[in-house]
Amino acid sequence: MSVTTGLFYAFSAVLLFAAFRVITARNPVHAALYLVLTFFQAALIWMLLKAEFLSIALVLVYVGAVMVLFLFVVMMMDVNVENLRLGFWKHFPLAALVGVVIALEMAAVLMGGFRIVEDPTVVVTPGTSNTKELGILLFTQYLLPLEVAAAILLVAMIAAIALTLRARKDSKYVSPGDQVRVKSRDRMTVVKMAATQAAPVVTAEADAEKKQ
Amino acid sequence: MTLTLGHFLSLGAMLFALSVVGIFLNRRNLIVLLMAIELMLLAVNTNFVAFSHYLNDLHGQIFVLFIMTVAAAEAAIGLAILVLLFRNKNSISVDELNSLKG
Repeated sequence: MSVTTGLFYAFSAVLLFAAFRVITARNPVHAALYLVLTFFQAALIWMLLKAEFLSIALVLVYVGAVMVLFLFVVMMMDVNVENLRLGFWKHFPLAALVGVVIALEMAAVLMGGFRIVEDPTVVVTPGTSNTKELGILLFTQYLLPLEVAAAILLVAMIAAIALTLRARKDSKYVSPGDQVRVKSRDRMTVVKMAATQAAPVVTAEADAEKKQ
Repeated sequence: MTLTLGHFLSLGAMLFALSVVGIFLNRRNLIVLLMAIELMLLAVNTNFVAFSHYLNDLHGQIFVLFIMTVAAAEAAIGLAILVLLFRNKNSISVDELNSLKG
């Protein structure tokens, strides 16, 4: 058994254990932290498959961004966990049965049908890098999909902001649009009136009131 | 005993089965449901990387990159909806999501 095989089994064991803890953890924060461990082990397994760029990208994007977002959201909410776990173990036998059947059947087919070992004729020449080759492919053949992916990320960002934006009704501010569109007649109105006006008639009663 | 493609595909299959079980078990908890979906995508990505390595075809890894992009977008929007749901219902239980009924 080579070192790589041993590492594969070690990483896989930790990966499957962490994934199991993700779905059974009582506390959502623990589930999120175990998910971080799962992603980390997956990154190591991808490293064994010589996909260095994706391995690092998985750690940076998932562990660094997505999981932090998950942890933020989980910690922001005061969730009543007990309520959410009603009937959790009642369905466990059925769920475990389904899961074991899926895993065993797929493993039986895959282990028998895909006995491909690494092609010994392919020798990685020193100086070639996985990142460089991916980049060349990404910016030539896959340029349009890359732009579409960028647009998807932009749409997701705008959607997330628009969904959670809560404008305060009591805040006082001037709308910049109104400020830009302002005209001089909005600021000052000229009222038409007669240039001369008759003096008010002073009656004897009003005169007497003034004196008092 | 050397590693074959089947080993990695089996690992992906087990991870996928585990996340299916997770969706079964956590039907009420929306956060863990989202996490189980992330696990499923991870299993699929592992399959892509394994095929890409054993068949010496880099296009599989490009595909993983795009899946990760979409998964990140999905997580962001899903969590935004989750926050909105918690604000309105004060709970994240899937059972409470019945206001569109009839």
